[in-house]
This record gives sequence, C-alpha cells and structure tokens, in this order.
Amino acid sequence: MSVVHEFTKGFYKQNPVFKQALGLCPTLAVSNSVESALGMGAAATFVLLCSNFIISLIRKIVPAKIRIPIYIVVIATFVTIVDLAMAGFLPALHKTLGIFVPLIVVNCIILGRAEAYAGKNNVGLSIVDGLGMGLGFTCALLLLGAIREFLGNGSLLGIPILSANFEPVLIMILPPGAFLTIGFVLGFFNWLENRRAK
Amino acid sequence: MDLQNLFVISIGVIFINNLVFARFLGICPYIGVSKQLDSAIGMGAAVTFVLTLASTVTWLIYTYLLAPTESNIFFRLFGGTTPPDLTFLKTISFILVIASLVQFVEMVIQKSSPALYKSLGIYLPLITTNCAILGAALLNIDEGFTFIESVVHGIAAGIGFTIALLLMAGIREKLEMAPIPEAMKGIPIAFIMAGLMAIAFLGFSGLKLGN
Repeated sequence: MSVVHEFTKGFYKQNPVFKQALGLCPTLAVSNSVESALGMGAAATFVLLCSNFIISLIRKIVPAKIRIPIYIVVIATFVTIVDLAMAGFLPALHKTLGIFVPLIVVNCIILGRAEAYAGKNNVGLSIVDGLGMGLGFTCALLLLGAIREFLGNGSLLGIPILSANFEPVLIMILPPGAFLTIGFVLGFFNWLENRRAK
Repeated sequence: MDLQNLFVISIGVIFINNLVFARFLGICPYIGVSKQLDSAIGMGAAVTFVLTLASTVTWLIYTYLLAPTESNIFFRLFGGTTPPDLTFLKTISFILVIASLVQFVEMVIQKSSPALYKSLGIYLPLITTNCAILGAALLNIDEGFTFIESVVHGIAAGIGFTIALLLMAGIREKLEMAPIPEAMKGIPIAFIMAGLMAIAFLGFSGLKLGN
C-alpha cells in the first residue's frame, strides 16, 4: 500500500471510467471536444479532492447510519463552489457544460470514493487517492474527447489538424458518437487485458 | 390550460430529447439494469414514479423558497426591500429533497404494498444517485416551465427513460445467444447497441412540433 500505488491506480488499473464503469453520464455528455473534457475533468478532480479531504477528516465522528446524506451534503457544497466559480470566471465553458456542472453531485465516482476509500483511510492517503482518481477520470475524458473531436471535426483543442479535404464524420460529435466511441474503447481495453492474460 | 403545449413537451422529451439517447442522463442504471426484461420494467416504473414526484416537489421548492420573486415565502414572512436570492442553494436542496423523497417512498411502499416493494424495492436506493432525476429537476428550472409543465415533463421523461430501458433489455436478452467477439461481450456491445439506437432516435429530431 504505497503512496505511489494509491496515486497511480486511478490511471489504468482501477480507472473509474474504463475499469469500474462509473461516472458514465458526464463522460459521454462532455467528451465531444477536448476543451469541454478538460473543463469537466478539472471540476470533478477538484470536487473529488476536496470531498475526500473533508470526509476523511470527519470519518470518525459521522454516525454510520446517516453517513450517505452527510457525504452528499459535503459533495454538494463543493459542487456549488465549482458551479459559482465557473459561472464567474469561465462563463463560456459553464454554458457548454450546462447542467452537467451541478450534476457532478450525482457522479458515482465521487460518492463511490467517499464510501469505499475516504471513509476508511487517513487524510493523506485520501487526498492522494482523490487526486489520482480525478486525474484518471480526466485522462479517460481526454482520450474520448480527443477521438471524437479528431474524427468529428478534424481538429484538436479547436485547432484544425487535418487538411481541408478531410470530410468530418459528423456523427462522432453528435450523441450517438459518444456511445459508439466508448463501446469500442472499452472493447479495446478488454482485448488488451485478454491478450495479457494469455 | 394549453393542452397542445403539454403534448409538445411530452413528445419532445420522450422522443426528440430522450433522457438516455440525447441528454446522457441515467446511463449507469441504463447499462446496469438492462440485462433482463422484468428487472427493466421494475426499474423503469420506479424511476418514472420518483421522477414525477421529484419534479413536482423541486419546482415548488425552487419557486416558493429559493427564487427571488414576489411569491418567495421568506419575502412574504419577513418583508424587506427586495426578495432574497437563494438560488445558489439549488443543487444542495434538490439533492437532499430527492434523497429523502426516495427514502420516504421506500418506507410508504414497504408498509402499504409489500408485493410492490418486493419488485421495486431493490431499485429504489439506486435511484438517489441516478442523474436522470436531478437532471430532469434542473431542466425544469432551466427551461422556465410552469407547475403543470414541470409535472408533465417529469412524467414524460420517466416514460422516455422506460422506453429506452425496455428496448435495450429486449435486445440484450437476444444478444446473450449471439456470437460476439470475446472482448466486446457485456458492456462494450451494450454501448454499441445504445449508439445504434441513438442514431435511430436522431431521426426524431426532424419532427416539427407546435408552431
């Protein structure tokens, strides 16, 4: 149980999106461009880090029976902070992400980490875990966002990459593209895993 | 009462802006509970029920407790020069209301109808973290719906979710028998199916409703 392992497990071995199939709604909804993927990843990482910190601090005084409502209130507080800060400083991004900013509250990754990790471990490890999981989530969003923006718009971060002759596959930035992309990416990871097992 | 308007809202949220296919709300239960047809029916019914209640209650709370309008209860009780703007409490109050509503519904069903509790019971706790509920409640506010419109939107959103869940469960029962590549079995193929169904639902976006 080294600190390094706690940090790196979120990236591949226990990646919240690809390995645990958590937090799928925001993953699918905001991965239509690299920019919104980055914004959502940063917001969720912040909430995850702060809620893990507070929950591991109060874990000994929270009665077991009502822990879930308490966790939700802690998470909702940080989500409100992110929501208001983003509306103030990055209004364009806030508009693109829309209702998915308040919906970070019901992102199962955050409550899942609170329940499975921060409620049982000390403050230091919980912060490392929150940061690792948050960055793992961001990486998953970026991977999907990059694939979809590249195929659907021929660009990355809004900068055109392919020549003008490239006909963008419009379906990739529309809702169905999200389902198809994550299906194939998950299949690819399963295939890698199966090959390694052999 | 403008019936045509309500009809447009319902058709819009069932087919054109379906919660699952167009707005990506409630994906986790959608993938998780769509393996069998009968559990899909239970989940769909539970979600529709809670969605309707949650839309009703959150609209009332937002309009009479949080929004800075003349009808704000705090403004009426305590007076003052301008109505208080408590809209920043929206996220926290909505999620608390939904969580306690789910608990309450669970208790009522358990007492009044044990048979229904047996079939719905296991799905109810899952609903608190179903983003379809909070999502629909927030959409009601964002779209500026009236009370009746919010209730109808809640019911129709639940029906749309149920339709998507049932379609998926029907297909996945058949997929069990199909020869699928080893790596694509389970969740990956479910997402591909959802993608194909979303393409089909995209066809509805050409519908012109109302004026």
